[in-house]
Amino acid sequence: MSPALIALLPFIGALLPGLLIRSGRSVAATACGTTTLIALIGLVLHIPAILRGEVITARFEWLPLIQLNANFRIDGLSLLFGILILGIGMLIIGYARFYLSRQDSIGKFYTYLMLFQGAMIGIVLSDNILLLLIFWELTSLSSFLLIGYWRHLPEGRQGARMALAVTGMGGLALIAGMLILGQVAGSYDIGDILTRKDAIQASPYYLPMLILILIGAFTKSAQFPFHFWLPHAMAAPTPVSAYLHSATMVKAGLFLMARLWPVLAGTEEWFWIVATTGLITMTVGAVIAVFKDDLKALLAHSTVSQLGLITMLLGFGTEEAAIAAVFHIINHATFKASLFMTAGIIDHETGTRSIRRLGGLRRLMPITFAIGTIAALSLAGIPPLNGFLSKEMMLAELSDLEIARQTFMIVGTVAALFSVGYSLRFIVHTFFGQERDDYPHRPHDPGFGLYSWPALLALLVILIGLFPNTMAGWLVDASAAAVTGEAQSSDIYLWHGVNAALIMSTIAVLGAVVLLGLHRPLLAAWNAAPRPEAKTIYDWLLLRLVFAARGFTDNMTNGAMPRALAAFTLTTLFAGTLAWYTGAAGPATRDMLPIKLVPAIGWVLAMVATGLMVTFHRVRVLALVLVGIVGLMTSAFFAYFSAPDLALTQISVEVVTVILLLLVLNFLPKRTLVESGATQRGWDAFVATLAGVGFGGLTYAVLRRDFAFDPISGYMLENSYEKAGGTNVVNVILVDFRGYDTFGEITVLGIAALAIFALTQTLLQGKSAKRLRNWTYDQRRAGDRHPLMLVIATRVLLPITLVVGIYIFLRGHNQPGGGFIAGLVVAIALLMQYMASGYAWAQERQTLPYHALIGAGVVAAGATGIGAWFNGRPFLTSAYGYIKLPFLEKIGLSSAIGFDLGVFLSVVGAVMLALNSLSRIARQAGEKVNTKPMDIDLSEDQPEGAK
Amino acid sequence: MELLVATAIGAITAAGVYLILRLRTFAVVLGMTMLTYAINAFLFVTGRLVVNMPPILSSHDNISPADYTDPLPQALVLTAIVISFGMTAVVVMMSLGAFIEGGDDRVNMPESDRIMPPLKTVDETANEDEKA
Repeated sequence: MSPALIALLPFIGALLPGLLIRSGRSVAATACGTTTLIALIGLVLHIPAILRGEVITARFEWLPLIQLNANFRIDGLSLLFGILILGIGMLIIGYARFYLSRQDSIGKFYTYLMLFQGAMIGIVLSDNILLLLIFWELTSLSSFLLIGYWRHLPEGRQGARMALAVTGMGGLALIAGMLILGQVAGSYDIGDILTRKDAIQASPYYLPMLILILIGAFTKSAQFPFHFWLPHAMAAPTPVSAYLHSATMVKAGLFLMARLWPVLAGTEEWFWIVATTGLITMTVGAVIAVFKDDLKALLAHSTVSQLGLITMLLGFGTEEAAIAAVFHIINHATFKASLFMTAGIIDHETGTRSIRRLGGLRRLMPITFAIGTIAALSLAGIPPLNGFLSKEMMLAELSDLEIARQTFMIVGTVAALFSVGYSLRFIVHTFFGQERDDYPHRPHDPGFGLYSWPALLALLVILIGLFPNTMAGWLVDASAAAVTGEAQSSDIYLWHGVNAALIMSTIAVLGAVVLLGLHRPLLAAWNAAPRPEAKTIYDWLLLRLVFAARGFTDNMTNGAMPRALAAFTLTTLFAGTLAWYTGAAGPATRDMLPIKLVPAIGWVLAMVATGLMVTFHRVRVLALVLVGIVGLMTSAFFAYFSAPDLALTQISVEVVTVILLLLVLNFLPKRTLVESGATQRGWDAFVATLAGVGFGGLTYAVLRRDFAFDPISGYMLENSYEKAGGTNVVNVILVDFRGYDTFGEITVLGIAALAIFALTQTLLQGKSAKRLRNWTYDQRRAGDRHPLMLVIATRVLLPITLVVGIYIFLRGHNQPGGGFIAGLVVAIALLMQYMASGYAWAQERQTLPYHALIGAGVVAAGATGIGAWFNGRPFLTSAYGYIKLPFLEKIGLSSAIGFDLGVFLSVVGAVMLALNSLSRIARQAGEKVNTKPMDIDLSEDQPEGAK
Repeated sequence: MELLVATAIGAITAAGVYLILRLRTFAVVLGMTMLTYAINAFLFVTGRLVVNMPPILSSHDNISPADYTDPLPQALVLTAIVISFGMTAVVVMMSLGAFIEGGDDRVNMPESDRIMPPLKTVDETANEDEKA
């Protein structure tokens, strides 16, 4: 199976629970399990090839320009992690089916779980580090959802936030590190990067890159000092803890270190940073775990410690250590997932996870006892279980060190001692001792559905322990080969004779027995001793950060909009001035056009209207009229300076805007009071003048200079007819050359209209609806709401306007016009009916919903674009020809007309929907509803009394 | 002519900026409309002032770009005009909604809404909840 398909399958699986959950949780579980199984089989089929040393790849170009490609690879390391992720994933899906209660919506859980699985498998199969980063972030997000799955629990929410904050921050560092790595290596493909060890280690950026990448790996794998999020993530349901926080996600950091081991490892920096962090984490985690009462907290700290162990092994940089690390990854996944599931069973059956309230479960839950003990003994490193094998390998590595050998051996032994300590404590304090009579529930072994999964893992623990080479040796060899870059053939023995490792191990076990005996006084001392709490420090830091952010925000904006806008204006001006004085504008080369009389009159009109408008802006209706004059002059300006399309658009938009503002003004106060003092107004005027002078000056400077570079429009002018069959170049640009832009723009317009609709919808409910029902207009209503003249005139005008609209639409490709303008013209024709005869009357006669018009428009434009694919051309490439309709001139018919039709429909729909919303508000406010076109009735058959 | 265009754009900008600094929504909407005119006109004139040379091809071959004005700014401004209508409509509806819902048409946040609650860590909040 293609690696890409393996990575895709979990994402497909994530869709299934949503579809299937109504058929029951077993169906959903089976669907997810089957998808996982198929992916696992697909992966397993590659084993023979990988054991031969091949690397299976699949490559798809995604964004080749930035070297982000969907390249996947399967080598030994991917294989190992893939088997862990998919194999344990299957067990977890089965376990969760029985673990989660009836109240939990399990469909959502499975969706999150499959998303996470897909993200994880994506990480381990990626052959492109940018692609890997995407999957990396996805694991952070999906684990956030999983940790916070029990949304009603505050610990769950807090744990999820903390995990996201820490791993998300690490993710950012990792992105930076990976970008440096890609730049230094000259490629973003892992296959290429792995061959460039010398270039990477010789680079001056090696150390910063290493630190950034390691921050990413350490946060993900909960290494000291980022270890604190993992115990808090235990608020998640136990299947999540077993899957994410023991077997897979926390190993992503280890995976990354192993993946980049060939190019990053082997330097002094690598050794000191990685090995030391690992050693500290291993020790700190183990010590804390011994004093935790919550079973899951104990296991979480033990996971931290074990992850530290593996990190340390990777840090040593030797091939033997890498083999030990890989082997321990396998072993840890088996016994730790099993232990978590055991803890989950105990919690499920007794109602508590606190060791203080447990004890004596040996006889009450014999099966759970057996599974838990096997797994915990393996964790302690007791022969002949698999944990013993890898622990011996680790201790042997410690005794083989060349630098800091003694320190590592002593601290390592202490850590091992505490590891044995908490493992034994897990067994002894939970299962041994007196049976109690105060368990929250009556404990008994769970059903087969719950214990079969950890039992399977426990069986693996024994089998790998007894037959390491048959069971896991090949996998260790294959993945170690991928990590070290050289073929490996490890030979794992139970018995090495009496050597340093065995002695250290014996000391650890004996010490642990003593430790357990002294546990009670030690715990009291531990609780009494002052110690830094990572979580308190984290909370404090976060609070400082929020304080700083809030202080900054509050200073920037205090809720006063004019202040913010003035600051914005001044900043813009400052930036513009700075650019002007630091750049070079070149000499004024263009001669000025002579001033003609008619445009000068237009200028005078615009200037006077602007001045009056500012003076009288408090009289709102008057201000609206004056704005209309400025708008009209703008459109005349477009017409004069060779832009007929713009003139037509501007004037029709002007009409619609003024109607809109008038309708709104119907509700708003008609006058603005003087509220700001003279100083304030003076300051505002000063800012405004600065802005005006600046912008006017810039305009003048631009107008007096020729183009600094050749405009790209030459191409469009030359090819407009030849390639797109239109002579109106502006329209051709809109529907063809830059059709994508236009497509986006009509979508935005549609969204704006829908937003208005939604806004109206909320205004028609709740508090504002009540206000509207009791609305009193502050002005006298017109006596004749639907004047005869207006009704008749608009009726006559309607067909004429529609014909004009169609004409403008059809000729748009070659003459000024097109979808935008035609849409506005038709919208105005319809609006006139609404205004003349009222909303209800007009609405009764108009059967097309405006939402549908917008949708149809976007679809029509999109479909036209897609049509090009059938000709084997890129999206939105147009084809054209000419047709002759009877009685009409020959018209050019380009496929772009379909696109323009889409534009037309969207514009009509959007304008009408926006204004329609206002009429709905008016009706809510008690506007009389008319069913006749006019208030006076002109028909013959009036009742007698009326005459 | 260039001088006239530049002064008009400058004046309209100044009026627009003055109006958006007012305290009531309607004035702000008017100011935004004025700014829209000015900015659209500015974008348009980046194609420089050209009279009587609309970008409508008069012949089908031997096209010389020098005979026509720059069509690209026009196409950009055309959609900009329509989009600014959409934007104006949304803003106007928002101001209407605020007026109906809140009872006045001020743009500033009321003083009482500017005070933020004191910051606490999650644990502090939880402790207080427990006490309550």
